[in-house]
Amino acid sequence: MEKHLMKGAEAIAEAAILAGCRQFFGYPITPQNQIPEYMSKRMPQIGGCFLQAESEVSAINMVYGAAGSGARVMTSSSSPGISLKQEGISYIACAELPCVIVNIVRGGPGLGGIQPAQSDYFQCTKGGGHGDYRLIVLAPDSVQEAVDFTYKAFDLADKYRNPVLILGDGMIGQMMEPVVLPEAKTEFVDKPWATTGRKGKDRRIINSLYIDPAVLEQINLELMKKYELIAKNETACEEYMADDADIIIAAYGTTARIAKKSIKELRAKGIKAGLIRPITLWPFPSEAFSKAADHAKCMLTVEMSCGQMVEDVRLAVNGKVPVDFFGRVGGMIPSWKEIMAAAENTLKGGKN
Amino acid sequence: MAVVFKKTDMLTDAPLHYCPGCTHGIIHRLVAEVLEELGVGDKTIGVAPVGCAVFAYNYFNCDMHEASHGRAPAVATGIKRTHPDACVFTYQGDGDLASIGTAEIVHACTRGEKFTTIFVNNAIYGMTGGQMAPTTLPGQVTTTSPYGRDTDHCGYPVKVSEMLSTLDGAYYIARVSVDSVKNVIQAKKCIKKAFEYQLAGKGFTLVEVISSCPTNWGMTPVEALNWVREKMLPYYPLGTYKDKGANE
Ligand SMILES: Cc1ncc(C[n+]2csc(CCOP(=O)(O)OP(=O)(O)O)c2C)c(N)n1
Ligand code: SF4
Repeated sequence: MEKHLMKGAEAIAEAAILAGCRQFFGYPITPQNQIPEYMSKRMPQIGGCFLQAESEVSAINMVYGAAGSGARVMTSSSSPGISLKQEGISYIACAELPCVIVNIVRGGPGLGGIQPAQSDYFQCTKGGGHGDYRLIVLAPDSVQEAVDFTYKAFDLADKYRNPVLILGDGMIGQMMEPVVLPEAKTEFVDKPWATTGRKGKDRRIINSLYIDPAVLEQINLELMKKYELIAKNETACEEYMADDADIIIAAYGTTARIAKKSIKELRAKGIKAGLIRPITLWPFPSEAFSKAADHAKCMLTVEMSCGQMVEDVRLAVNGKVPVDFFGRVGGMIPSWKEIMAAAENTLKGGKN
Repeated sequence: MAVVFKKTDMLTDAPLHYCPGCTHGIIHRLVAEVLEELGVGDKTIGVAPVGCAVFAYNYFNCDMHEASHGRAPAVATGIKRTHPDACVFTYQGDGDLASIGTAEIVHACTRGEKFTTIFVNNAIYGMTGGQMAPTTLPGQVTTTSPYGRDTDHCGYPVKVSEMLSTLDGAYYIARVSVDSVKNVIQAKKCIKKAFEYQLAGKGFTLVEVISSCPTNWGMTPVEALNWVREKMLPYYPLGTYKDKGANE
C-alpha cells in the first residue's frame, strides 16, 4: 500500500474529498487553516465548491443549506469558531441533516490561545447549542485515524442523518505522519428527502419548527430513539493493556497517545497500568469503563482540560472504584512522565 | 364558464395565518405567480425566515427550507452552490435581514450569489409583538421605543436597497410597494425581472417590498396603507436602485 506523508489537517481535507465531499464552507482560524487552504486548492480541480464564508455563523448555515439539498458537505473550525456554529448545529441536528464538522481544538475559554487543548469536550458531546440533541463525536489519535474517521464520518452522517464531529487538537492537525489513503467513493445513498426542486414529485421541506408541543415532543422522542440506535451500533473504544490493569488510564486523542508511553514505563516498573481510549466521545463507551471497574483498583482520567470527560468516566464507573483526574490546560501538553507520576500517586490513594 | 380568477398553483391550499389586512399575503401571491409564469416550480427551492413569514414553507408550493433568524442568505448560498441550475429565493423580514442577518445579506450580495431575495420591510418586528426594527422610522412608537424612535439614542433606519446597491456584486435592486393596484402591478414586474435575471445566471437580485403591519402599528388595514403612503414611502423612496441588465 502506498503511503503518503501528510499533515493532519491536509489529510483530513483529502479524506473528505475521497469520501465524496464536494462542498466546503469555512472561515479562517488557527490552528486549522490548512483544511480550508487545502480545500480552496483541490475543490476547483474536481468540480467541487470551496467557499470562504463571512463568519462561522454563515459557514454553518451554508452547510445547513447544502446538506438539506443533498450535498456531502463539511466545515471546519477551531474552538471560538465552533462556539459560533452552535445555533446552526442545533438546527441541523433537529432537521436531521448529514454533515461533517471538524473542530481542531485550541485552548480556551475566550480567545484563549492557539495551542492544542481538549477543553471543548463538554461543548461537543453535551450539546453546545440549545435543545436535546447529540452529535456523533469521533476522536482520532493519529493522522491515519484522522483520515479513516473523516472518511467514515460522511457515511455515518448519511446513515443516521445526523451531524458528525471530528474532534482533534492542534497536535493532530499539525503533526506529519505517513498515511494510507482510502479509495475514492463512488457510490452514495439516495436522499429522497433532500430539496433538489420538486422535479415533478412531491415537494420537500427542510425544517426544525414544530409549534405544536405534542408534535415537538414526538420529534424529540424520535431523535432519542435514533440516538439510542447510534449508541448501540457505533460506540467504539480502544483498550490497551487494560485486561489485568490495577489502574486504568482514561484518555482520548493526543493525550491517549502520550499515556501509552507512560503505561509502558509503568509496566516496566512492575505497575499494572492500562488504557481505555474512547474513540467515539459520543456515544461514550460507558460499558467498557464499567466492566474495567470490576477488576481495576482505580482509574485516572487524563485530559488537556480542567476535567470534562472525567465526569462521563465517573458516571460510567458509578462509584465502583475511585476515579482521579490529571490535566494540563491552556495549550500545555502533559508529558509521559507527568502522567506516570500522576498514575503512581492515584494508586497510592493520593489526589492529583 | 369563463375563468376570471384562478389561484396560482405555486401557492398551496393551506390557509395563510397572516392578520387581516397584512400585505405579506399579497407579496406571497406575487412571488408565487411569478414562479408559475416562469414555469420554474419544479426547480425552485425557497428559504423561509424567522418572522411572521416563518411558515412560508407551508404556503409556497415548492421545495422549501426554514432557516434560522437572519441566516436565509447563507442557507440559500449553500443550496445554490449545490444546485447552480435551481431557482433559489429567500423571503425575509426587516428584523431578519437588516438586523440579525445584516452580515449574511451584505456578503451574499457582494459575492454576487445568484439567488433572489424578497425583502419585506414593515418597519417593525411583527412576529414578536411590535418591537423596534432596524427600519423603524424616526419618531415611530413601538413596544421598545415607547417614546418614539429617538435617533440620538438608537440611530437611524437602515436603507437596505440604497446600501446594497453600492456593492459591485448587486445585479438588480429595486424597492416597490403593494399599497395600491398600480404599485402591486409594478411590484410584480420587478419581482419577475429579479427572477429572470437569476435564471439567466446574472447575479444577486433583491426586491424590497414596503409592507404594512396593521396589528402592531395599531391601525385598521386602511389606516395602515395610508401610513405606508404618508410616512414610509417618503422615507423609503420607490424605484430601481441597481439594474446592471439595463446597461448590457
Ligand atoms: C436567534 C433568535 N433571536 C430572536 C428570535 C425571536 N424573533 C422571532 S421573529 C423576530 C423578529 C421578526 O421581525 P421581522 O424580521 O421584521 O419580520 P416580521 O415578523 O415583521 O415579518 C424575532 C426577533 C429568534 N427566533 N431567534
Ligand atoms: S403581525 Fe404584522 S406583519 Fe405579522 S402577520 Fe400580523 S400584520 Fe402581518
